[in-house]
Amino acid sequence: MRSDNASAQAAFAKASDYLERQPLVANHRPLSWITDHVCRIVEQPAPIWWWVSTIVFGAVAALTPAMLTYLVATGVGVWGLNVPVCWAWDITNFVFWIGIGHAGTLISAILFLTRQKWRTSINRSAEAMTIFAVICAGIFPAFHVGRIWFAWFLFPIPNANAIWQNFRSPLLWDVFAVSTYFTVSLIFWYLGLIPDLASLRDRATTRFRQMAYGILSLGWRGSNRQWTHYEKTYLILAGISTPLVLSVHSVVSFDFATSVVPGWHTTIFPPYFVAGAIFGGFAMVLTLLIPFRELYGLHDLVTDKHIDNMCKIILLTGSLVGYAYSMEFFIAWYSGNPFEIYAFTNRAFGPYWWAYWAMITCNVAAPQLFWFKYCRQNPWVVLAIVMFPNTGMWFERFVIIVTSIHRDFLPSSWGYFSPTWVDITLFIGTIGLFVFLFLLFVRFLPIINMFEVKGITPQADPHTHNPDNPHGAHPRQAHSLDESRVHA
Amino acid sequence: MSHPARTLHGLGAEFPSAAALLHAAEKIHALGFRRWDVYSPFPIHGMDHAMGFKRSRVSLFSLLGGITGLSTAFALIYYTSAINYPLIVQGKPYFALEPSLPIFFELTILLTAFGTVLGLLLLTLLPRLYHPVFNWDRFKKATDDGFFLVLESADPRFQPDASRQLLAEMGGTHISEIYQDAELVPHPARPEKELAA
Repeated sequence: MRSDNASAQAAFAKASDYLERQPLVANHRPLSWITDHVCRIVEQPAPIWWWVSTIVFGAVAALTPAMLTYLVATGVGVWGLNVPVCWAWDITNFVFWIGIGHAGTLISAILFLTRQKWRTSINRSAEAMTIFAVICAGIFPAFHVGRIWFAWFLFPIPNANAIWQNFRSPLLWDVFAVSTYFTVSLIFWYLGLIPDLASLRDRATTRFRQMAYGILSLGWRGSNRQWTHYEKTYLILAGISTPLVLSVHSVVSFDFATSVVPGWHTTIFPPYFVAGAIFGGFAMVLTLLIPFRELYGLHDLVTDKHIDNMCKIILLTGSLVGYAYSMEFFIAWYSGNPFEIYAFTNRAFGPYWWAYWAMITCNVAAPQLFWFKYCRQNPWVVLAIVMFPNTGMWFERFVIIVTSIHRDFLPSSWGYFSPTWVDITLFIGTIGLFVFLFLLFVRFLPIINMFEVKGITPQADPHTHNPDNPHGAHPRQAHSLDESRVHA
Repeated sequence: MSHPARTLHGLGAEFPSAAALLHAAEKIHALGFRRWDVYSPFPIHGMDHAMGFKRSRVSLFSLLGGITGLSTAFALIYYTSAINYPLIVQGKPYFALEPSLPIFFELTILLTAFGTVLGLLLLTLLPRLYHPVFNWDRFKKATDDGFFLVLESADPRFQPDASRQLLAEMGGTHISEIYQDAELVPHPARPEKELAA
């Protein structure tokens, strides 16, 4: 009996090596270490690589206003758009950027409501990414209206024509959805920043810094009379952002799904677009986080476990997207509609076959590598693999938009779209703008949500924490084998 | 640099951990103090209960914001599409629920968010850039790794000596008086000329 007990304990000890939850902050870091390591990114002089990359990406970002100026001065025809392909790179880029934003809101809202504590060290940068992606996205439809100086007609403001907006149009829904999404994401992001801005204020060594961060933090004191309302506010914003994030890409998909164009007119679009958005968004989060974690030595806060979790989400959503691709084909065949069948055959084997198979390779095949633990554990392998979804999600939107409209009902009006140099340069410009804004963010704002990370450390839990051991109970002690249960 | 007419704001004490602060808060609440607060770098689980708070009323503002958003959306669509300039588009009715739902939803969300944040600002009395607790030099740790409890002198149960002893008994350290007017302690972010004034 006694030897059974001993072997049971040994087996438990061995199993607990595998079953042990990895701590979300590695190496039992104290609270002040977290503050120090995050704040000093902002406080110390910018490293050389930061200056070099900010200047380079700033120069690339300058292509955006340059191309837009050229477009406005010359006319929207400088894009390669013409009948029948009137939506091409511009709308592809719009949907691409909007989709990227979704991971940020998913991490900040849905993972908050589901109490996924690992979100805390990645939500700040993911939310920042959301905001910058939506900025890049908004540029395209705004300028696609052609006469940008009339873009305010999109909003219900009385104008000289006396005609109001058509509220039955999904394009107008899109205006409301995207602007609401941007505003609520910005509010949510800023709300999360307030306590951390107060940390920067209290560590300030110059008067200017103290005043700037002091004003931005609204005079936050961290008192419990503030925390009690703050936590409630955060919960409510998470609650309303959850349906919001699901709705935004659904509404974007309505732009296509409510039309009668074969290849667009499908009911699967809303969930398929949302899954794709989360898929592409997480790929972009990893693309940004892995290099910055390396450059700033944040391995104890953004641990391998975080990367592993995100890879699993990419695997899941990538498989969902793959399911949606095959279901589209099945329904096209099952519908018996010749136009629908042609649209999909043409998609895979028509003139844009290269885009279709690039999409399948990047979005369906490449993420399957994340079934292997090795691929999820090695950050550089992860970085290489997520480049596929980054590319593939752009191709997905291109495939959906361009292949569907380049050959519709009348063969006499079939055409082939090729981008112009303005199309290409403007897209490169928005990539530059996105990275440039992110580089400014890591320089001036805390890249990791310090107060939330502190809140999930063992020492933050007032109920189980042992004050004699300030670094938190040792995991093995906390999960030690219950003697009485073995004897029973 | 003497300040003969300084007004006492209260007594502050530092505690070594979230757990110690929670126990101290339970005791202070049980003793019937009303004007006091705890300060921590993150919200402490169970602190609302320890301080005897009821549910935060931010949600009321959210509800009001949401109702405003929904009714604004309805009024906007109905007025513009069915009253002010009715326009037949694709033979569809001037007003119908189905195509209006996305706008109803988005404006409800938008104004709920505005209402929630407005509620937070009203209930926490922010922005308020100056507060007497900032005069305490140790208080900088409250946004780093410090756990503080401040008893305000305006509380009827506050007695300078007895309250100091109470804080010490509960395990508070660095117990200090906090004054309403700036203490003008040397701070790297404060220019020299201000100190001399």
